[in-house]
Amino acid sequence: MKCVVGIDLGSTTTKAVILDEQGEMVGRGITNSRSNYEVACQVAHQEALISVRFAMLERVGAASENGTGERVKALVPAVKSAYRLELYLHGLDDLEQVIAAQMGRSLLNRGRASLEPSVKRILAMARENAPALFAANAPRRSDFFRDLAGAAYVAGAEKLAKENGEEFEPLVAAYDRAILEVETHALQQDISTVLKRAVNRVAREQKDGEPVALALVRAADQALSQPLHEVAFVGTGYGRQTLPFPREAVRSEILCHGRGAHRIFPGTRTVLDIGGQDTKAIQVDGHGVVTGFQMNDRCAAGCGRYLGYIADELNLGLHELGPLALQANTMVKVNSTCTVFAGAELRERLALGQRREDILAGLHRSIMLRAMSLLARSGGVNNEFTFTGGVCNNPMAVKVLRELVVQNYGDKIHLNIHPDSIYMGALGGALFALDDLRADKPSLLPTTWAAGAAA
Amino acid sequence: MTTTTTTVKSEKEAQKDRSQARQKEMIANHFKKLARAKEDGKKVVYTFVPGNLAELISALDMLPVLPEINALQSGMRKRSGAFIQEAEKAGHSEDVCTYVKCDLGMLKKGNIGPTDEPLPPPDLLLLSYTGCFTFMKWFELLREEYKCPVVMLHVPYQAGGEITQEMRDYVVAQLRDEVIPVMEKVAGKKLDMKVLQQHLALSRTAEDALVQVWESARHRPSPIDGYFGGVYYVGPIFSSFRGGQDAVEYYKELLEETNDRISKGLGPMTPDGVMPKEKYRLVVEGPPNWTNFYDFWRMFSREGATIVSSTYTRVGGLYDTGFRHDPDKPMESLADYCLGCYTNLNLPSRIDLLEKYIKDYQADGFLINSVKSCNSFSVGQLLILRQLEERTGVPGGFIESDLVDPRYFGKANIENRVQSYLQMLEARRNGGR
Repeated sequence: MKCVVGIDLGSTTTKAVILDEQGEMVGRGITNSRSNYEVACQVAHQEALISVRFAMLERVGAASENGTGERVKALVPAVKSAYRLELYLHGLDDLEQVIAAQMGRSLLNRGRASLEPSVKRILAMARENAPALFAANAPRRSDFFRDLAGAAYVAGAEKLAKENGEEFEPLVAAYDRAILEVETHALQQDISTVLKRAVNRVAREQKDGEPVALALVRAADQALSQPLHEVAFVGTGYGRQTLPFPREAVRSEILCHGRGAHRIFPGTRTVLDIGGQDTKAIQVDGHGVVTGFQMNDRCAAGCGRYLGYIADELNLGLHELGPLALQANTMVKVNSTCTVFAGAELRERLALGQRREDILAGLHRSIMLRAMSLLARSGGVNNEFTFTGGVCNNPMAVKVLRELVVQNYGDKIHLNIHPDSIYMGALGGALFALDDLRADKPSLLPTTWAAGAAA
Repeated sequence: MTTTTTTVKSEKEAQKDRSQARQKEMIANHFKKLARAKEDGKKVVYTFVPGNLAELISALDMLPVLPEINALQSGMRKRSGAFIQEAEKAGHSEDVCTYVKCDLGMLKKGNIGPTDEPLPPPDLLLLSYTGCFTFMKWFELLREEYKCPVVMLHVPYQAGGEITQEMRDYVVAQLRDEVIPVMEKVAGKKLDMKVLQQHLALSRTAEDALVQVWESARHRPSPIDGYFGGVYYVGPIFSSFRGGQDAVEYYKELLEETNDRISKGLGPMTPDGVMPKEKYRLVVEGPPNWTNFYDFWRMFSREGATIVSSTYTRVGGLYDTGFRHDPDKPMESLADYCLGCYTNLNLPSRIDLLEKYIKDYQADGFLINSVKSCNSFSVGQLLILRQLEERTGVPGGFIESDLVDPRYFGKANIENRVQSYLQMLEARRNGGR
């Protein structure tokens, strides 16, 4: 299969989208952006490639013979979880090695003798608990190794501190230092090897269904053997300039977001994208071509990071903020537009006895007011209005935005939100890559990445 | 294939035209004269670029110092940051015009000019008040520092969008009854009208040539860059040289260079040499950033974007709508000059002028560089953007930076916007592709 790739290197997350030659989205991947942008891109790209393989596995599996098709197809979610588990276990091994190596290098680390066995025990616990993390009924959690491993590690360190009186801080410090390095390691193994291991793990679990297990393994072999040719490529996003991409393959994220949003919702005329550190208000014409835009300048207050900071202040997960704010009885007016000051104001108001939910509601409103100001500067909100970027997954942000749009632009504006909206920039990039392919001037991935395509 | 890593190749010294080298020499000579002013018995007048009465100053054999020029030169030479911090230490707020703070900081650090020569203190502060409220405050501060006389020429704002006879009379009366007598007193001599007329005639010659240079941008490719290159083109005429033979020679050479490029079908000189291919033609409103001037220029020139016209290059005199200094009407034409500077135009007139430039020079787009600390001119720029888009159908872009405060130039952010804007023009041109 021939396909094109778009990569959106954002300040918080990096996304990749793969389209087939007809322009259908066949794969997508996401990872946290990290100190090494190139690795972030490679990981997102691999994630997208693997999602293509999963889609193939589903299709091939469903066509399995001897009436096993439906059952094989039904196993694909389990294979996905098993794949995540394999990656996670691989990451834990890497983490253990890095911690050991860093301790070895640090002459000042006098506590090494006592720390090393504890680290091993913590990671052994993490391995032991890993399958539960990826079980079908596991609660919602982050998809990123940093978050999952961090939570498991801290839990383990707390346990040792509580039960054996071990020092918590040096243990966690060892993790904090090592994770930065672990995150800069691209996946050393071929993703098809990892996928096969995941398939075998699921097949082994099929106690009474040997024919199903066999059919699954066969389907996986078949899905993996189909060649995937990445024939064009476009990169976009905040960090795009830092990557070894050809100049022709780099497009502004404004154009990519506008185009991606228009592709999903063809009626779109105004796009609001709130990402980690950018808020973009974009106007597009009937073809999805950008006609004007405004972005925040000099200050990222009111962007996704603002919410991240507030979540940290409250010791909550980012995804918990919106639902909590929805439970507000009243909306506290938050005056600070600066993220750091808003954190201080939050603490002050909590100390005064105001409800967390009510303050959070006010913080959400404060973000959206900034977005409204940018929208006004860009030419207002025109019908239809599409909201994209990570913040659109926050239900309170959406609720406040909807209210403000009605207040300012009337109730005739249709607001579009899509669960995949975080991928709009990468989708737009992939659409530009498809144009390049059709115009017979495709840009290709750096050769060091080409190995991934063979997976 | 070019890669993005090669676009940030070593920022070697910017390439320059012959006329630029000549100008550099002229400026160096002027600063030398200033450094020797006291020994040579020359009186020194500090004055502002918009509405500067260069011919009067030179006719009275005095030497001008233009604080904005010093500030922007300090910006280009990476000295403004330290000067601004010095002024802030002395109590000037973060929101004050950074030209003012740069100038005050330079003064506090010994008043060593951009060419490393000491600047003489003023014998007179000639405050030509043309649209910028800050000018008045600036000279109030300098008066406190130097304890020297100030004379103010109050130029009425073109609120109604035109120069009326009453406005002209009002300015002429001030020149005759207040400004010139004070200048004569400081200079210790009477103004010789014939000498003034000679200077005005030289101004007119230089102005004629400059307008021809501006209008050359009608060609494709444009042989000039009317903004980044343009700030060099206006250097002599906006500052100490208008009314002198040096300026006439400079503009003669500049026009020859321009015509030579037209005949060869060449684009403008950029920091990387002659622009190989003109891809976009833009009009710009607002001053450039000086601390990262070449970085800023390269963001455009490396993408093939030529600025065919700009309004910033009209702040010290608007000539391409017909005004010239006139030796036959010396006082009236000095008045009209001051009244007509871009800084003295109201918002609708600024929009009209930009619209004219967009149409006359067949621009693909226009860009506003809004300066946070410039209260007088940044206000209303979003309105300008909307109106121009409506009137011309040409898309506008908006970026924000500062004059000479290096802390307010976010290269990555600005580059991101400029590239997005240019890619948007490209996409629109190709119908979305």
